[in-house]
Amino acid sequence: MHKVVIPIGPQHPALKEPESFSVTLSGEKIMKFSARLGYNHRGIEKACEERTYVQDVYLTERICGICSHSHSTCFTQAVEEIAKVDVPKRALYIRTLVGELERIHSHLLWLGVAGHEVGFDTLLMYTWRDREVVMDILAMLTGNRVNYGINMIGGVRRDVSAEQAKAILKAMDTLEERTKYYIQVATQETTLIQRLSGVGILSHKDALKLGAVGPTARASGVNRDVRRDDPYAAYSEVKFKVITDDHNDVYGRTLVRMGELLESYSIIRQIVKKMPEGPIITKVPRKIPAGEATSRYEAPRGEDMHYVKANGTEKPERVKVRAPTLANIQTVAKMLEDRQLADLPIVIAAIDPCFSCTDRLTGIRQTGKRKKNVLKWEELHTYSITFYKEHGIDFTDLNKKMAKALK
Amino acid sequence: MIRPGKMLKQVLDSIFRKPATTNYPFTKAVMPDKFRGKIIFHPEKCIGCKMCMRDCPAGAIQIRKIGDKKFECEIDLGKCIYCAQCVDSCLKKALETTKEFELAALERNKLKVTYHADTGEVSKE
Repeated sequence: MHKVVIPIGPQHPALKEPESFSVTLSGEKIMKFSARLGYNHRGIEKACEERTYVQDVYLTERICGICSHSHSTCFTQAVEEIAKVDVPKRALYIRTLVGELERIHSHLLWLGVAGHEVGFDTLLMYTWRDREVVMDILAMLTGNRVNYGINMIGGVRRDVSAEQAKAILKAMDTLEERTKYYIQVATQETTLIQRLSGVGILSHKDALKLGAVGPTARASGVNRDVRRDDPYAAYSEVKFKVITDDHNDVYGRTLVRMGELLESYSIIRQIVKKMPEGPIITKVPRKIPAGEATSRYEAPRGEDMHYVKANGTEKPERVKVRAPTLANIQTVAKMLEDRQLADLPIVIAAIDPCFSCTDRLTGIRQTGKRKKNVLKWEELHTYSITFYKEHGIDFTDLNKKMAKALK
Repeated sequence: MIRPGKMLKQVLDSIFRKPATTNYPFTKAVMPDKFRGKIIFHPEKCIGCKMCMRDCPAGAIQIRKIGDKKFECEIDLGKCIYCAQCVDSCLKKALETTKEFELAALERNKLKVTYHADTGEVSKE
């Protein structure tokens, strides 16, 4: 049959975030799927190098809207490792608490989105209503619903009072009851089972080969979780199971996420019970000694990694972020091979993608010559000026103003 | 038992329940105690150390000396990311968060709020 290449995105109703994909079709069948990352590139890594460590905590928090705490914790952990800071126990417990609350809100959000993608909007409405419970708890603990701003290098900024702990436990009971109901729905509702089973299959072998992380890997039977394998914060002091599944498809990923929700409730109960008394922050000097560190964190979507290089000043020399979606995006092409086009939205949604987390570097290709060309910072600057001049836009006055303002 | 319409009972139950949404903006939203909203400045407490300016991730705050031990503060609400790091950094507690969050404006210069040393808050026209 004649092959057709269709672009999906960057702006497309099937995608929740803008990103460019290209799909080669033969009839309704997908022959090839390729992703072109870079549309959401915001230059956060470069911006981190130009700000102090204190400012970078808030900047890294804004890498992702859903797993904001994951990124800021990952960054602070790396900096604390370089500075050899002993973070107070209570601060580590509060970080874990907020991290798990974030996982609950992210997984409930995903369940709603997955329901929406397969046309089960009832599930979307009810899971998002219940998600408000955990959002209110986060707002009560940290002040805001997203971008909690609770991390600081050397500890956390806000303490948890006894009344708040009580409110958290009460919310956990409500959420546990609701989650058990959704598990019942997922295992008994035939429309959901039939729509999700056998869709987006990723075998155990492929998951290992393509380096899948998080629930995507665990639904293919890969027993891997940073919280257990390389414990950070207070995870070494709590008991939990790593949920795996051998369905290898989108249905398996749904079951893994819901199982993780129940584990999160049990972790939070243990954390609230065991939380030690004491200070929540230690003072860290503004200048971080020279050194480098890599930090790992199990974000709701999978393993998040930050690399920080310090050079003895107030600003880092290099910050590198590897978001979980970057590891998982390769698997989507495998999942969609020889599948129907109608499965594309749910298969992409099933890895719980976050494209603005993923877009870290843009390689600029000279069109026409088919030769890759890496531009240096100054070259890129002059290139942009000449490009706009050719198009009749002159930024000379604006550039002068900018230079003045930067002085 | 595997069957369709598993959530039907739940849906029918909801007909007799109050809606989960609130009637904003007619009923005002209540913010939590630790909410980080609009930052206000107390000129009498400021000693002009400019730690807030140094720590602001967005460069939204400006402290200017206008006389002997007198400082005025300009906050650009359009740039502010409401992290309240300036409040934490302030040694003399001259900055404070409020629960005010409805800060949208139609003109960019109206987002610049200046706190004068003598008169208090004046928005730029």
